[in-house]
Amino acid sequence: MEDQSKFKQQVRAIYRMFVGLFVLFAITAIGVLYLISNPDLFEKSIPDTAYVEIVEEDDYDKIENGIHVRTGLIEAEGLMMVVNNCTNCHSAKLVTQNRMNKERWISTIRWMQETQNLWDLGPNEDIIVDYLVTNYPPAKKGRREILKNIEWYQLND
Amino acid sequence: MKRRNFVKKAVLGTMTSVIGAEIVFGSMLPEGYQPLALQDPDPFKMFNKDKGMEVLNDKPWNIEAKAHLLDDKVTPNKFMFIRNNGLIPENIDASKWTLTIDGESVKQSKSYTLQELKTKFPQQTYQLTLECGGNGRSEFDPPAKGNQWTVGAVSCATWTGVRLRDILEDVGLKNDAVYIGYHAADIHLSRDPNKEPISRGAPMAKIMQDETLVAFKMNGEDIPLAHGYPLRLIAGGWPASVSGKWINRISVRNIVHDGTKMTGTAYRVPCNPVAPGEKVKDEDMCIIESMPVKSLITYPKNGATIPQGKKLNIRGHAWAGELEVSKMEYSIDFGSTWNDCPIEKPANRLAWQHFSAGIDFPKKGYYEVWARATDSQGTSQPMLLPGWNPKGYLNNACHRIAIKVS
Repeated sequence: MEDQSKFKQQVRAIYRMFVGLFVLFAITAIGVLYLISNPDLFEKSIPDTAYVEIVEEDDYDKIENGIHVRTGLIEAEGLMMVVNNCTNCHSAKLVTQNRMNKERWISTIRWMQETQNLWDLGPNEDIIVDYLVTNYPPAKKGRREILKNIEWYQLND
Repeated sequence: MKRRNFVKKAVLGTMTSVIGAEIVFGSMLPEGYQPLALQDPDPFKMFNKDKGMEVLNDKPWNIEAKAHLLDDKVTPNKFMFIRNNGLIPENIDASKWTLTIDGESVKQSKSYTLQELKTKFPQQTYQLTLECGGNGRSEFDPPAKGNQWTVGAVSCATWTGVRLRDILEDVGLKNDAVYIGYHAADIHLSRDPNKEPISRGAPMAKIMQDETLVAFKMNGEDIPLAHGYPLRLIAGGWPASVSGKWINRISVRNIVHDGTKMTGTAYRVPCNPVAPGEKVKDEDMCIIESMPVKSLITYPKNGATIPQGKKLNIRGHAWAGELEVSKMEYSIDFGSTWNDCPIEKPANRLAWQHFSAGIDFPKKGYYEVWARATDSQGTSQPMLLPGWNPKGYLNNACHRIAIKVS
C-alpha cells in the first residue's frame, strides 16, 4: 500500500510537472506569437525620450512596388546584405545609378577596399556581387541612343 | 526535481533570449535610424537649388542641372551643379580661415588669413566655365563607373578672387616647381581623418595664368557652402575637380602632384585610344588637362511642339576648354546639312560663349536640332560618342533636342 500510494504520488508529481510545463509552454508560445505580431511591444517600454521617432520603425525597411523605399534598391535576394554593407559610407544612389558586369562590380569592391576603408566582406561578398550583377547589369546603349522619355509641350512665344 | 528545474530554466532561458533579442533589436533600430534621418534634409532648400535640378547622389552630394536650366548667360547658384567627393566641411569660421602655401618648391612656407588675401593682392573678376570631367558619362557603352551625369555638370559663373600667381610670387618659389596640389577641409566619406576626399592640382603653366584664381566670391557674393565657401581654387576650362573647394593649403610640388584622385584612373584617360571596354593599365592613363569643345542648347526645352510655318528660335552656350569657340552650327537633318549660326565672343578668356539661331522647318513631323561647336584649332564636336575610356570622361558629343512641327 505504501508503495502504491508512493507510486500514485509520483504519478501525480509527474502529471503536475507536465501540466506546469504545458502551461509554461502555452504562455511562452502566446507571448512569442504576440511579440511576432507586435514587434514594438517592448520598445514602447523603453523610457528613453531620445527615441521619440519610434512609431516610424514599422516603415523602416518598407518595400513598395519591389523597391526598398529607404534606399531605392531593388528588392531581391541579398538586398539587406547590400543595404548593410554598401550604404554606410556612400548613398545607395551610387549603386542604383551604375550598371556593371560581375568582374567590374568586384573590381569596384576591391578599389573601395584598397582606398576607401571598405572592410573584408568574407562569404557575404558573393551574395552582394550576385545581387548587383542580377539587378544592376550593364545595358547595351550603342554609340548613341535615341532620345527617350521626351515630355512634349506646346511652345508658345 | 533536478530535471524539473532544468526544464524550467531552459524554458525561461529561451524566453529570456527571445525577449533579449527583441529588446536588443528594438534598442538598436532607433540608433541606426537617427543618423539616416539626419542625412535626409531637403537638398533644394539646403543648397538653394532649383527644384528642377536632378539629385544623382546624396552622400556625397552630387546634383546636376538640365540643359534648359542653364539658359542664363552667367549661371546663378540655383542652377549650378554640385559635384562633391567627400562630406561638406562642418563649422567653418571664415574669420579664422587661413591658406598655407608649402611644398618642396617654396623657399619657405607662408600662411595668409582670408583678410590678408583680400587686401594684400589685387582682386580680379572673371566669368569662368567649370565642367565636371565626367559630364556626359551616362552615355558611354560599356557603362563607366561613377555618378551618371547627363549634360548638366557645367556652369559659367562670375568668380572674384586673387591670382594664385600673385600669391606664389609673394611666397617665393624655387626653380624646380612642376605642379601644385590643393588640400581642403572636406571630410572623407569614411570619416577617416587621415584620408582626403580629393587633392588635385595643375601644372605651373596653368597655375600662372591670369584667370587662375583663389576665389572668395561667386556672382558677387560669398561662395555658397556647397561650392567651396570660404575659399576655392578656380581653374576655368579644366576638369572642375582642379578647382578645389574649401581649400586651406596649396603645396607647390617638384613632381606631378600625387594626391587623392590624381593617380590611377581618376581624371585620366588612356594615353592612346582604346576599344570600348578594353582594360587599360594605370601607367597607360594620362591626366586630363583642357576640356574639349562642347555646346548646349539651353532654349527651348527638349520636346517643344510648334505650329507649321512658325520659326523656332534656339539659343545656348559653347565652350572649348583652354581654347575659344570659333564656329557654331546646327542641323535639323541629323547632320546631313549644317547651318552656321552666330557665336558671341567670350566675356573673357575661358568664359562660355553664346549662340542663337532662327530655324524654319520644311514640313510637319519629328525633328531633332543638333548643335555643333568648333574650336579655334578646327576641332569639332563628334555626333557620336567620342573615344571610350574606363571612367567615362570627356563626352563632348553634340547636344540635341527633339522638336515636333504640327
